Amino acid sequence: MSQQVIASTATKARRLSADEIVEIEHEMTLYPDKRAVGLEALKIVQKHQGWVSDESLLGIAKYLDIPAADLEGVATFFNLVYRQQVGKNVILFCDSVSCWIMGCEGIKSYIKDKLAIDYGETTEDGDFTLIPVPCLGDCDKAPVMMVGPDMHRNLTPEKIDSIIMDCKTIQD
Amino acid sequence: MAKIVIDGVEHEVNPDNNLLQECLSLGLDLPYFCWHPSMGSVGACRQCAVMQYRDADDKEGMLVMACMTPAADGAIISIEDEGAKSFRSEVIESLMTSHPHDCPVCEEGGECHLQDMTLMSGHNYRRYDKKKRTHRNQYLGPFVNHEMNRCITCYRCVRFYGDYAGGTDLSAQASHHHVYFGRHEEGVLESEFSGNLVEVCPTGVFTDKAFSENYSRKWDLQTAPSVCVGCSVGCNTSPGERYGSLRRTVNRYNSEVNGYFLCDRGRFGFDFVNNSDRLLEPVQRVDNTGELLADDQVKAFIKEFKADGTIGIGSPRASNESNFALRAMVGEENFYAGYSDVEHESMQVLLDLASDTAFHSPSVREIEMADAVLILGEDVTNVAPRIALALRQSVRNKAKDLADESRIPQWQDSAVRELAQHDLSPLSIISSAVSRLDDVASDRVIESLSVVAAMGHQIANKISASAPKADCSAAHDQVIEKIVEQLKAAKRPLIIAGNSNGSEVIRAAANIARALYDFKDNSAIDLCLLVPEVNSVGMSLMTNAKNPLGAALKKLHDGTAKRVIVLENDLYRRASRAKVDAALTAATKVLVLDQLPTSTTANADVVLPATAFSEHEATYINYEGRAQLSFQVHQCKKQAQPSWRWLCDAEHVDDLVERCCNEVPGLARLREVLPGENPFIAGMKVPRQSHRYSGRTAMTANVNVHEPKQREDKESVMSFSMEGMPAQKDASVHAASWAPKWNSNQSISKFQDEVNGELKQGHPGCLLIERKDSSGSYFKAGSDSIEPSANQLRLVFSYQIFGSDELSARSKPIQARMTDAYIGLSPQDAQKRDLRQGDVATISPLGSP
Repeated sequence: MSQQVIASTATKARRLSADEIVEIEHEMTLYPDKRAVGLEALKIVQKHQGWVSDESLLGIAKYLDIPAADLEGVATFFNLVYRQQVGKNVILFCDSVSCWIMGCEGIKSYIKDKLAIDYGETTEDGDFTLIPVPCLGDCDKAPVMMVGPDMHRNLTPEKIDSIIMDCKTIQD
Repeated sequence: MAKIVIDGVEHEVNPDNNLLQECLSLGLDLPYFCWHPSMGSVGACRQCAVMQYRDADDKEGMLVMACMTPAADGAIISIEDEGAKSFRSEVIESLMTSHPHDCPVCEEGGECHLQDMTLMSGHNYRRYDKKKRTHRNQYLGPFVNHEMNRCITCYRCVRFYGDYAGGTDLSAQASHHHVYFGRHEEGVLESEFSGNLVEVCPTGVFTDKAFSENYSRKWDLQTAPSVCVGCSVGCNTSPGERYGSLRRTVNRYNSEVNGYFLCDRGRFGFDFVNNSDRLLEPVQRVDNTGELLADDQVKAFIKEFKADGTIGIGSPRASNESNFALRAMVGEENFYAGYSDVEHESMQVLLDLASDTAFHSPSVREIEMADAVLILGEDVTNVAPRIALALRQSVRNKAKDLADESRIPQWQDSAVRELAQHDLSPLSIISSAVSRLDDVASDRVIESLSVVAAMGHQIANKISASAPKADCSAAHDQVIEKIVEQLKAAKRPLIIAGNSNGSEVIRAAANIARALYDFKDNSAIDLCLLVPEVNSVGMSLMTNAKNPLGAALKKLHDGTAKRVIVLENDLYRRASRAKVDAALTAATKVLVLDQLPTSTTANADVVLPATAFSEHEATYINYEGRAQLSFQVHQCKKQAQPSWRWLCDAEHVDDLVERCCNEVPGLARLREVLPGENPFIAGMKVPRQSHRYSGRTAMTANVNVHEPKQREDKESVMSFSMEGMPAQKDASVHAASWAPKWNSNQSISKFQDEVNGELKQGHPGCLLIERKDSSGSYFKAGSDSIEPSANQLRLVFSYQIFGSDELSARSKPIQARMTDAYIGLSPQDAQKRDLRQGDVATISPLGSP
C-alpha cells in the first residue's frame, strides 16, 4: 500500500559537548525564551568547534527545542557565524573606505600572494581563511584587520609577515 | 464608517482596516505583494505606496505604504499621483533585478501576481544589465516545486507556512540580496498545508509539482466550481481538466468554509480520477472473468433488481442524488447505511444533537472566532484538516484582544505577533494520542478513550451541577479545573469531538456544551462534531436509524434479502471480512457501482462504472449540515455515469434534488443550493472554458482532423465551451477567478463584497438542519464500552490525512506521502509486551463490530 516514506531530515544531530552545554545553560538563564538563546548558542559552538556544521546546528536546535529551520535563519543571517569550515585563524580584513584610502588593496594582494588564498578561501594547510568585513571601527589606524580576537592596526607587509608567523608559532 | 478621499473622489470605508484593503474593497487597482487578505500587513515589499495629504491645501503630500496606514476618517490620498506611481515602478524594478524572466517556462505564467503587478506598476523595460544572483533549489517532497531564483522576497511563504499554518521547517535564511526561503536541508515539507504555498507565493517559487508534471496554462484548463470530497469539511475547489485528464485542484474562495486555503489531501487527492484502474464499462462476472454488458443487458439487470427482496447499501462518499436514487429504487425500509455500525450508532447521536437548540454547529470561519477550545478525543488534523488550520487562528484571538487593548490595529500582523509573543487563547486537547495541534495546546492529556469521556463528563459537571457526575480519578483534577475556568470565562467557547471512535466521547462533549449552555443563560454553544467523509451527514439523513449495515449483512446472510446493490462503497472497510464475505456469498445477485476496483467489486456479479466527483454535478452535506453544489468539470471517457443515472429514470440532478426535498425530511431546503432561476444573461450558459482557451479545434487532430462537435451540456447551467457569459449574478457558478489586469487568484477581491467578505451575490452553501428541539437533556455519564481485560487492548482508529480517505489514497502524490501501516501503543503497553519501535506486531480483534 505505501509507496515510500520520505525522511524530512537526513542529517543527524551532533551531541553537544559538556563544555558547550555549560555555557549554553548559562545563557539560558539570561533570556526569557529559548529561541532567544539561539544566536548565543551558535557563537558558543563556533567558539569550541571553529564553525557550525549541519550536525552542530541540529544539535543546538535539538538541545534548545527550537526548529532547525529557524536556527538556520539566524545562523545564515549573520555573516560571522560560519556555516562552512574555516581555517584555524580567520582573517577579517577591512576593505571599507578609510582602509581603502590608506592602501588596503596593496595589503590584501600581499596576503593573497603570501597565503595563496582570495576572499572566502582557506589555505590548503587549513591555517588561514580570509574574509572581507565592511568596517572594524578603527579607521584612524587604517588599514586594519582582525585575526581571531586580536586587532591589528596600521598594517604593512612586514606586519603581515610577523602576524602570520606569530599565528603559526602559537599553533605549533 | 469613515470618509476618505481617493484621487478626488470621496469614499466610505471601514476605519478598522488599512488603506490597501479598503482600496481593494472599493475595486481600485493598487499593486501589492506582501499583504495577504487573511494574513494582514507587514509592510515588507513597499509596493503599495500612495501619496497622502495633510489637508486639502497640501499639494506636496508624502508617500505612505497603504497597507501600513489606517483608513482613518478624513484621509486624503492619491493612487494616481505621479510621485507615487514612479515610486512604485522603481520598487518593482528593484524587486525584479534578479528575477529570471523565465515566464514562458514557468508554471505560474498566466496566473502570476508578479506579472500582473509588474505591468500594473509600469515597469516595462529592464535597465539592470548586470549579473543576477542565483540560488540553489531544494527538493521539497512530492507536492511542491522550488525555484528560488524567481523570488522577490515578499516573505509571504514563511508568513503563511510558519505564522499562519504552524509549520516549523520552512524559514527565511541569509540576508541582503541573498535572502533564501527554504528548509534547513532538502526534504519533504512537513506541514499538511504546504500546497497553499503554490497560491500564497505571488510568483513561481513554489509551484504545484503534480501539476507541472502534466502541465497546462490556466486559460487552457476547463474548470467548474467543485467541492472537495476528501473529508467532511467540504472545502470549495476549482479542479482543472485538459485533454480528458484532471490536472490540478486550486482553492475556490468561500467566506464561510475554506476561505483562501486547502489542505494537501484536498489539493493533491484528486488524482484517483485519472487512475488507470478506473472502472469504465459495465461488466458482468462470468466464471471469474469479466464480460462486457450491452445497454439492454444492463437494463434487464436493473429491472431484475427492482423486484422484492432487493436491498441497497448507501455510501457516505456518494452524492445525495445517488444515495437518494438508490433509496427510491429499493424503498426506504430496504436502504441501509454504508458505514460501520459503530459509526451508524454515533451518527444517530450526532443527528439528534444537530437539531438541538442548545448547540450551534460552527462553520470554519466561526471556528476561527473561538476564544477557548476543547478538543475531546479527536485528531482534528487528520480527520478534518482545514479545521485544524482554523483552530490555529482561533488561538490567536488572545493576541487580537491584547492588540485591541494596546490600540494596535489587528491588521498590523507583525506588531500584533510581537506584542503577544507566545500568549495564546486556551486550546485544550484530551485524546488518546499526540496530535499535530499539540504545539498550540494550552493543555494536553493523553488517556484511553473511556478516561477521555469520563474527563469530559467531569468537566461538564464542574461547569453546571445539573450535568451528571462521572467516575473519574483525581489524577487530572487540576487540568479539569483549569479547562472549566477557561470555558466559563470565554466569550465564544468551542467544543470539538467526532465520531472516529463511537459516540462515547460525543456524548461527553455534548454534555460539556450543554453545561455551558446552562451556565451562559441559554445562549447556543459552538459544538463542532466531525464526521469522516464528504457526505456522511447526507447519507445518514436518508437512512433509517433501524437500518445499520450489520442488519443488511445479516439479512443477506440469512436469505431474507436476496439481492443487494452496493453504492460506491467498499464494504470490507466497513465491517469484518467474515461478515461481508458471508453476506456477499449468500446473496444471489450483487450489483456494485463504483469508480475504482475494490474488494467489494471483486465479489460482485455486476459492476457498473460510476463517475467521479469531477465528472458529475452533485450536492454534498458537510459536517455542519451545510449543503453545497459541486458542478461537473469534465466528461468521463467511456461509459461511466453518475450512479443515480444507472439506478433511476431521472434526467436531471435538479429533478432528484427536488424529490429529495419532498421525500427526505432533513433535506427539505436542498433546492436552495441550485443556481437561481435565470441568473444568466440572454439565456446563455456559463462557459467552463476561459475566453482564451486555446486549441479546441485542434486538440484531437492527431486522431481525426475533423473538428468534433462540442458536446452540449443539457443538464447544467454550464457549458463545455468558451462561448457564453461568465456568471455575474450567482457566484456559486464562479470557478476560475479572473478580472481585467488580475490574472492570478488575487483577482478574487474583485468578486468579494469587501475583502474577506462574501462573494458578490455569493452562495456559501445552505444550512439544512433546523434547530428546533429545545427538550434535549444530559447524557448519562457512564461508559457503555467494554473495558479490556488485563492482556487485552482497546482498538481505536487513528485517521491519517494521507491514506485514510479511500479515494485520495489512490492518488499518486498522496501515495508518496502515506506512511506504512502501524500500530501505536502507549509506552507502558509496549513495555508490557516487550515491543520496540519498528517491531512487527499482530493484533487479533475480539468481538469487533
